[in-house]
Amino acid sequence: MKKSLLLLSLGIFSALQLAGAADITGVINLKGTAPAEKELSPIKDDPTCSASYPGALPKTKFYVVSAGGGLADVIVSLKGISGKSTGASAAPLVLDQKGCLYYPQILAVQTGQKLIVKNSDTCVHNVHTVPKENAPQNLVQMPGGADLNFTFDKPEPFLKFQCDVHPWMFAWVSVFDHPYFAVSGADGKFTIKDVPPGKYTLEAAHRKLGVQTAEIEIKDTGAAQNFTFEIK
Amino acid sequence: MNNKYNPALFWFAVLNAVATFLLIGLGGLVTSHEAGMSVPDWPTSYGYNMFALPIKFWTGGAFFEHTHRLLASVVGLLTTILAVWLWLKDPRKWLTWLGIAAFLLVIAQGILGGLRVKWQLDWLGIPHGAVAQAFQVLTCAIALFTSRWWLDSSAEKQVAVPRGLRSHVLYVTILIFIQLLIAATMRHQHAGLAIPDFPLAYGKIWPSTSAEAVASYNAHRVEINNANPITAFQVNLQMAHRLVAYAIFLGVAAVAFLARKKLGGADGLTRLAWFWFALLALQIVLGAATVWWNKAADVTTLHVMVGASALLTGALWWMMAERRTQRAK
Repeated sequence: MKKSLLLLSLGIFSALQLAGAADITGVINLKGTAPAEKELSPIKDDPTCSASYPGALPKTKFYVVSAGGGLADVIVSLKGISGKSTGASAAPLVLDQKGCLYYPQILAVQTGQKLIVKNSDTCVHNVHTVPKENAPQNLVQMPGGADLNFTFDKPEPFLKFQCDVHPWMFAWVSVFDHPYFAVSGADGKFTIKDVPPGKYTLEAAHRKLGVQTAEIEIKDTGAAQNFTFEIK
Repeated sequence: MNNKYNPALFWFAVLNAVATFLLIGLGGLVTSHEAGMSVPDWPTSYGYNMFALPIKFWTGGAFFEHTHRLLASVVGLLTTILAVWLWLKDPRKWLTWLGIAAFLLVIAQGILGGLRVKWQLDWLGIPHGAVAQAFQVLTCAIALFTSRWWLDSSAEKQVAVPRGLRSHVLYVTILIFIQLLIAATMRHQHAGLAIPDFPLAYGKIWPSTSAEAVASYNAHRVEINNANPITAFQVNLQMAHRLVAYAIFLGVAAVAFLARKKLGGADGLTRLAWFWFALLALQIVLGAATVWWNKAADVTTLHVMVGASALLTGALWWMMAERRTQRAK
C-alpha cells in the first residue's frame, strides 16, 4: 500500500513537472569550408574489412554538413544541471560495429543508461573506451559474440570508443547526468524534449570545432536557439 | 676459467642483440599502427595461452601486438640463457653482473609492457620505449665485451683517444637518449602529427601555441588513425624534438671531424664516426619524411630504428674509445 502511494506521488510529481515542460529546438550551421575528409585507406589492407567495400572506401566523418549548411553530430545540452539522470530507466542505446566502422559515430547517453555494443562484423574487434572521468575498459568481442553492455557513472564530453585492431575505428559518446540533450541530425536540426520552464545556459559542442553557449529562457511554448560554428 | 675469447658466447650475445633490435622495430610498428591495446588481456591473448593463439586472430593491429609479445618472449629466453652462460663461463664478475642486470631489465620490461595493457595507461608506453633503448645498449655492450677485439690483450697497441673527444661522444650519446625520450613521449600521445609541415611549422619558423591557434589547428586536422586532439604542449614538444635533432646532428658532425683530425682518416673509430654522421643525416631525412608522409607506419618505424641505431653507435663508439685508451696506457 505504502509502495503504491509512493509510486502514485512520484507519478503526479513527474506529470506536474512535465505539464509545464517544453522543447528546445534549433539548427546548427557551419560557416566556412570544412577540410576535405580522408579516405580510410588502411581498410584496404584488411581482407575482412575491405570485403564490405567493393567500391570506394569510406571516408572520415568529422564534418557532416548538409547541402544547406546544417552541421550534424553536434551535441546540444543544458549546462549546470546535475543529479537529474533518468538513465537507469531510459531505453538502452546501441553502438554497432559494421564494416569495421562504428554506427553511429557520435552519440550521447545519461549516466547509468545502458549502451549496448554489437559486433555485426565477421572479424574480432576490441572495444576500448578511453575516458577522462569514468573507468577505462578494453574488451574483446569475437565475431558473433555476445553484445557488450556499458554504463558510465560520471558525466563527461566525447568519451572515446576505439578499436585498436582496426585503428581507424572511433566513436565518441558524451555522458550527461540529466536527460536534456540532443545530437544534431543530418540537416543540423536538434530538439531537446520536455525541458521544465526556466532560464538555462544551452551548450553546443562539436568534436572538432569546440563549444558555444547561449542563454535561453524556456516558457510553456518552448524556445528556439540556433548556433553557427565557423572554420577559420 | 680464463678470460679467453669464446666464439659461441660472443655469437650468442650478438644473436640476442640482433633479436633485441628487431624487437624494438616490432615495438615501433605496434605504436605506429596504434595497436598497443588491440589484445586487451595479458599475459594471455584473447583468453588463449599466448603461444597458442589461433592464427585467424593474427589480424590488423593484433598481428603487430601479438608478434611483439612472441618476439619479446624469445628475447627474454635468450637473455636468460646469456645471463646463465656468463655466470657459468665468464670469469669477469662485472660482466656476470651485467648479464644479471640484462636479465632483470628484460623481466622489468616485459612486466612494464604487460601493465601498460592491463592498467590501460598510455603513458607507461614512454618508460617501456625508454627501457627498450637502454636494454638494447646493454645487450650490444655485452656482445662487445665478449668479442675477440675486446678480449685480445695481444692486440697491437693503439692510439689513445683524447679525453675531450671521448667526453664529447658521451654527451652527444646522452643527448640522443634524451631525444629518444622526447620521441617516445610524442608517440605515446596518440595524437598524430602535432605539426603537419617541415621544415617550417604551420608555415612559420616557430608556430603559435595560443588557445585560438591550437583550436584552429585541431579544426583543420583530419586524422585517420590518431584521433586525439593536439595540445600546445605537443606542438612545443615537436619543436623541441626538431631543435634537439639539429643539435645532435652538429654534435655528431663535430665528432667525425675531430676524430679525423685527432685519430686520422684511416682509424676505425673515425670511420665509425662517419658512419654515425651518415646515420644522423639519414635520420633527419626520415624525420622529415615522417612529417611529409603523415606518420606513415613504415617510415615512422624506420625513423625509430635508425634513432635506436644512432644511440647504439654513440654508446659503442664511447666504450671502444675507452677500451683503446685503457690499452694504450
